[in-house]
Amino acid sequence: MLHSIVFYVFAGIMFLGALGVVFSRNPVHAVMFLVFTFFNAAILWLLAEAEFLAIVLVLVYVGAVMVLFLFVVMMLEVDVEAAKRGLTRYAPLGVGLALIMAFELINVIWLRGQMANVDSGFKPNPEGYSNTEALGAVLYTEHVYAFEIAAVILLLAIIAAITLTMRRRPGLKVQNIAKQVAVTAKDRIRVVKMDAEKKQ
Amino acid sequence: MPEFMAGLIPQFVMDWWMTAPGWFTYLATTLFKILLVTIVVILCVAFSTYFERKVIGSMQARVGPNRVGWKGLLQPFADVFKLLFKEVIVPSQSSRFLYVIAPLLSLTPALAAWAVIPMNNWFVIADINAGLLYVLALTSVGVYGVILAGWATNSKYALLGAMRSAAQIVAYEIAMGFALVGVLMAGGSLNIGDIVEKQAGGFSNWFLLPLFPLFVVYWIAGVAETNRAPFDVAEGESEIVAGFHVEYSGVAFALFFLAEYANMILISTLTAVFFLGGWASPFEGWAIFEPYHDLPFVGWFFGGGFPWLFIKMAFFMYVFFWLRATFPRYRYDQIMRLGWKVFIPVTIVWIAVEGAMAWFQVGPWAATGG
Repeated sequence: MLHSIVFYVFAGIMFLGALGVVFSRNPVHAVMFLVFTFFNAAILWLLAEAEFLAIVLVLVYVGAVMVLFLFVVMMLEVDVEAAKRGLTRYAPLGVGLALIMAFELINVIWLRGQMANVDSGFKPNPEGYSNTEALGAVLYTEHVYAFEIAAVILLLAIIAAITLTMRRRPGLKVQNIAKQVAVTAKDRIRVVKMDAEKKQ
Repeated sequence: MPEFMAGLIPQFVMDWWMTAPGWFTYLATTLFKILLVTIVVILCVAFSTYFERKVIGSMQARVGPNRVGWKGLLQPFADVFKLLFKEVIVPSQSSRFLYVIAPLLSLTPALAAWAVIPMNNWFVIADINAGLLYVLALTSVGVYGVILAGWATNSKYALLGAMRSAAQIVAYEIAMGFALVGVLMAGGSLNIGDIVEKQAGGFSNWFLLPLFPLFVVYWIAGVAETNRAPFDVAEGESEIVAGFHVEYSGVAFALFFLAEYANMILISTLTAVFFLGGWASPFEGWAIFEPYHDLPFVGWFFGGGFPWLFIKMAFFMYVFFWLRATFPRYRYDQIMRLGWKVFIPVTIVWIAVEGAMAWFQVGPWAATGG
């Protein structure tokens, strides 16, 4: 009972947060609403005793990805007027897409609801069950190849993104840190011995 | 709860407590623990400002605060009251809601992370299995306060400070996470209490020795994460005035101040917990001290207890101030280089070394036997 109340409260807040992402005018506010939504999603996962997913969602998405998002959004000068001008022209397409997606979602949920025997709550796990441990035990044994292939694909994506954006610009001044560190006083200062000059 | 506390509570209170409903006693004890930890952390913050000014004062051959109270010990409270009574000014062109909420967003994670940190072998607010991940997640969330403060004030200096801080924190977070992967490998658990237990048995069992490079990386990354000197480009008084909190005054500024010092104490405590055995005593394994473990007031010195955690934390706080008094500020590109090109490779290499150590069963892996 308490479980259900907590679930519906946080699901409701999460839903409002998601609406905020879509409807806020200011992109920074939209990003903050998304962060808020993520936090609520993490709480729902905690309710399902999936603490690993919940914490990793906060760690990776809130702690890293959304920070970079915010970084970019703050730098961008978003022209609200220009966005509004195109609105009427693209509205039919947008509404059509939204309807298709809503239809699909409802379809899936409805079909699943028909087939699966839905419980009113999450099944409690046995005492001493650790979601993190269970996940690790499967990930590094049964699915180790899929896991490592995914890792290699991600590494490839990192390298590809860097090589695509890193361009040698002509005239770019680059520091050679090793050279800078190896500098001694002798390289920079020359002590000149001079005789004291006579008074004029 | 240990035995000695039972005698302090009157009998009728104990009787009533036994008959109270389970949810009530649980809620009351948890709230009490949270309150206790929060108050102690805030008091530590207050006195670490005094500590800092005294340490830096003595390093610069000055006296430091010595006017308010005996030896200036009441100086932190004088500062607090000064800040509380100052006017809070909200810039007219600022994003008001975010401007007000930003200091809270930076303080809350700094305090919430204490929930999973074991103070001694029985006091911890939430003894959860994913404690290490929780700490990592919360320390990464703290950056929002800084970024939002920078953006919401609508000032160029503040925005520059926020940008610098965001890039810096994201860069050092990865090194920090990798260093904690090493701790996790050695501890064999995500539960911070278990990690401390694994280091029990004296100085030689601490993770400091087998994980020394990770300790150095974690500590320096921690200094960078808290935006402290020599990594304080986010504030950079000489370049961007005071960075992200340039427009904050009064209580709002005090909250940022509190968050910064709470984070420093947190990083100090975490370093002590992960690498220096937390509340464990360095003399634990010595057979000659064995009979003294249960002495009433000094037993902690040989058997381990909260005072050891406090001493280790205070030592790292001292190092924070020591660094600040010693080093000039890093140049921004050097910070980025150190984070991405030095620390991350070092941690990755050491994780591989640890894998080898685990394979050959040396160091912390010897006892487990694979």
